[in-house]
Amino acid sequence: MISFQNVSKKFGSTITALEDVNLEIKNGEFVFLVGPSGAGKSTLLRLLTLEYLPTTGKIIMDEVDITKLKSSDIPTHRRKIGFVFQDGKLLDDRTVWENIALALHVKNLTEDKITKEVERTLKLFEIWNRRHLFPRQLSGGEAQRTAIARAIIGKPEVLLADEPTGDLDPQTAWSVLQLLGEINSWGTTVVMATHNREIVDMQKRRVVSIKAGKIIKDRSEGKYDLH
Amino acid sequence: MIFIEFVKRNIRRNPYQAIACCMVMFLTFLTLSVFLLLAFGSQKILRFYESKPQAIAFFKDGTTPADVKAIQNALSKSGKVTGFKYVSKEEALKIYRERNKSNPMLLELVTANILPASLEISAQTPDDLKPIAEIVKKEPVVEEVVFPEDVVASLTQATKLIRIVGIVVVGFLITFSTLITTMIIGFKIRIKRDEIETMKLLGASNWFIRLPYILEGIVYAGTGVLLGWLGSFLVVWYFEPLLKINLGEIANCLFPISLLFIFALLFFEIFTAVAIGGLGSLIAVRRYMRV
Repeated sequence: MISFQNVSKKFGSTITALEDVNLEIKNGEFVFLVGPSGAGKSTLLRLLTLEYLPTTGKIIMDEVDITKLKSSDIPTHRRKIGFVFQDGKLLDDRTVWENIALALHVKNLTEDKITKEVERTLKLFEIWNRRHLFPRQLSGGEAQRTAIARAIIGKPEVLLADEPTGDLDPQTAWSVLQLLGEINSWGTTVVMATHNREIVDMQKRRVVSIKAGKIIKDRSEGKYDLH
Repeated sequence: MIFIEFVKRNIRRNPYQAIACCMVMFLTFLTLSVFLLLAFGSQKILRFYESKPQAIAFFKDGTTPADVKAIQNALSKSGKVTGFKYVSKEEALKIYRERNKSNPMLLELVTANILPASLEISAQTPDDLKPIAEIVKKEPVVEEVVFPEDVVASLTQATKLIRIVGIVVVGFLITFSTLITTMIIGFKIRIKRDEIETMKLLGASNWFIRLPYILEGIVYAGTGVLLGWLGSFLVVWYFEPLLKINLGEIANCLFPISLLFIFALLFFEIFTAVAIGGLGSLIAVRRYMRV
């Protein structure tokens, strides 16, 4: 369970990114965060990864207020979360295999275990034959599959996706969404920030609408609605 | 080990910075090695002179064995002498020829007549040399008396100077190398900011991110050590024949350089390299990396 309790985030004294946000996400849920650019969707996700700390309020995850974590505990917290970005953020000088393996290297797993897991994940995500290629040699869809593979290989409890379909054509975007749906069906909580009205409307999942840093709607089986 | 792979990749990606850093380290450790060798050598020479208190009296032409015997008797009575060795003109020529056998030009020009006969007088202690020289100088058949009091004083001075100059120069170069390492590693951290951000989000611990950069600094310093250490012994190897000719008997206390010393020097320098490379990159990591 993730719980945002009266969370506000200000940058400096003038910019309010989030204001008094209260939101609960149950384990295993799939939630769309929708809203215009600058609404605060990404800030909400980055508060969960503790890239930002809230100005006020609490964020509870697994019954722990993560805003109070010591800096030495932050890496352990982040290993519970997978993160997928719009641009993938794959490391340019590493192959597909190395990019995915990195997520396990940071957990100090043995080489044998890493090899087995990476092999299994590459096959699962149908990028096995791309394993020796570098990110610049991949198509947009392949790069995003690689990024998702890297995000989930460590078996995170939560997968955060920030506009993962933003740079993709509709067909590829759809396949990425199906992949996220499949990951959710394994029991992983998925929170996806998106602008893509079509995808949101067709999925009939929980939709949280954010505007100017405030949650204006929160509906299960909702639609893309900012009014 | 994954960190070694990271270091190799970092170096491959920016080879010119890596070469620049290794060259600075090479210069530092070459200088350090050369100064340590000079200090070690001068110390050995100093000990050689101190352990062999000896004065040499050179005789005028026409000195008879009776004159030499008289001087020996006079010196024996002083109680400061442990032994004598008379070197005739012919023996002096033999020694001269042995020392200059590689230079036929020098051999052709010299005959036994040119060289003086001499008496090597071994003293109990270095302090006895001056009174012995005073006694011998009074003898009319003695042309000149040499003893290493001045040599010891000059060598002590030279050894001190080598140490001081060495400490200053090496201190400067160590500071310079540390700063260069900090600069290069800092630059690398800046251009890899996105990668570091991604690694942080994947849950990499602070040390997982920092360690490759610290190891990279140590690799640069380690490379510099090996090159500098090898370079210094190449210099020694090149000058060894020249030193042997000019230092004569003294060279025997310097060469061959003991293997123990050679490897002790290497281990000392590796330790210093780990300190310099590690410190330089640690400063960079602390200064430029926010983890």
